[in-house]
Amino acid sequence: MIDVTAIDQRTSSAGVRLEPSIASVGDYVALLKPRVMSLVVFTALVGLMIAPGHIHPVLGFTALLCIAVGAGAAGALNMWYDADIDAVMSRTAGRPIPRGRILPGEALGFGATLGAFAVAVLALLVSWLAAALLAFTIFFYVAVYTIWLKRRTPQNIVIGGAAGALPPVIGWAAVTGDIAVEPILLFLITFFWTPPHFWALSLLRADDYARARVPMLPVVAGPDETRRQILIYSAMLIPVGAAPWLLGFAGLLYGATAIAAGALMVAFAWRVRVEREGEPAERAARRLFGFSIVYLFILFAMLLVEHGLVGLLGRGA
Amino acid sequence: MDEKPEWIVLTEAQKRSRRARSIAIALVLGALVLLFYIVTLVKGPGVLNRPL
Repeated sequence: MIDVTAIDQRTSSAGVRLEPSIASVGDYVALLKPRVMSLVVFTALVGLMIAPGHIHPVLGFTALLCIAVGAGAAGALNMWYDADIDAVMSRTAGRPIPRGRILPGEALGFGATLGAFAVAVLALLVSWLAAALLAFTIFFYVAVYTIWLKRRTPQNIVIGGAAGALPPVIGWAAVTGDIAVEPILLFLITFFWTPPHFWALSLLRADDYARARVPMLPVVAGPDETRRQILIYSAMLIPVGAAPWLLGFAGLLYGATAIAAGALMVAFAWRVRVEREGEPAERAARRLFGFSIVYLFILFAMLLVEHGLVGLLGRGA
Repeated sequence: MDEKPEWIVLTEAQKRSRRARSIAIALVLGALVLLFYIVTLVKGPGVLNRPL
């Protein structure tokens, strides 16, 4: 591991702070990975909205707030542990710890405090099961993915993807107090979506990951094998994405959207598979990465739309 | 002996960032108090009294 203190302008080589903090509120917000948090909140919202039963809007908001803060805490703890590799990767070198704005210990305290508060508030005010799932999600992302798998295996983001896939299950549990097949299907969609999403990015940043000695698939198995795996996972996404419709949990509108979006995902993955050199290869990977975000948003949004339509028609009947 | 205690003197930038952080913490704590108050209204006095 690289000595983080060497890159921290506010810290001496002995690790003793030389100056008081200049961290802004924005630096602490950046520790929470707000873009990841927004996707987590959206998928949790869908899990919460489509769950049978009723939750008071204030409690629903509280649940989403806790899930958001818990996800942010996991992000902060990830940045604490990964500060050394973040510093040598161009994509992450601008994060608050590598820039010397926040000390690793401060990020650790911030993340641990937020995580504990988010879990406790969710448990006390909304649901014990949802809180246990949130605690497990934070643990899985930090301990299993960040600390254990990320630097050891190219399957890091495959297994670690489970943490990012759990928020809709937490949202569902916040309403019903249990887990059913429907939220597990939402979990599986995000779980199978994560590898092609991240590997498209890692194809673009393979040099970064190699420099940081992170064994991402393009670094360990090469870009061609990565392209093959991206195509396989994208193809698996079609039946997995359509499963809520196939099993009768969602309507035809969702089913048609899931199949069409899945086919587009495979088409983008196929371009990645065949465009292997230079600018066209980079463009294909960038397009797949961009579309993968749209894909997940469309599928979950369609579930929300269908749920809203069913609610409206139910009231009109 | 002329021993003066060494105080850390904050720069203007450090004072500004500390003030901004303090205001943010105050706002978050205030929002939490408000949230807990509203939840007690929503769930009633038995807010914590429920089965596992």
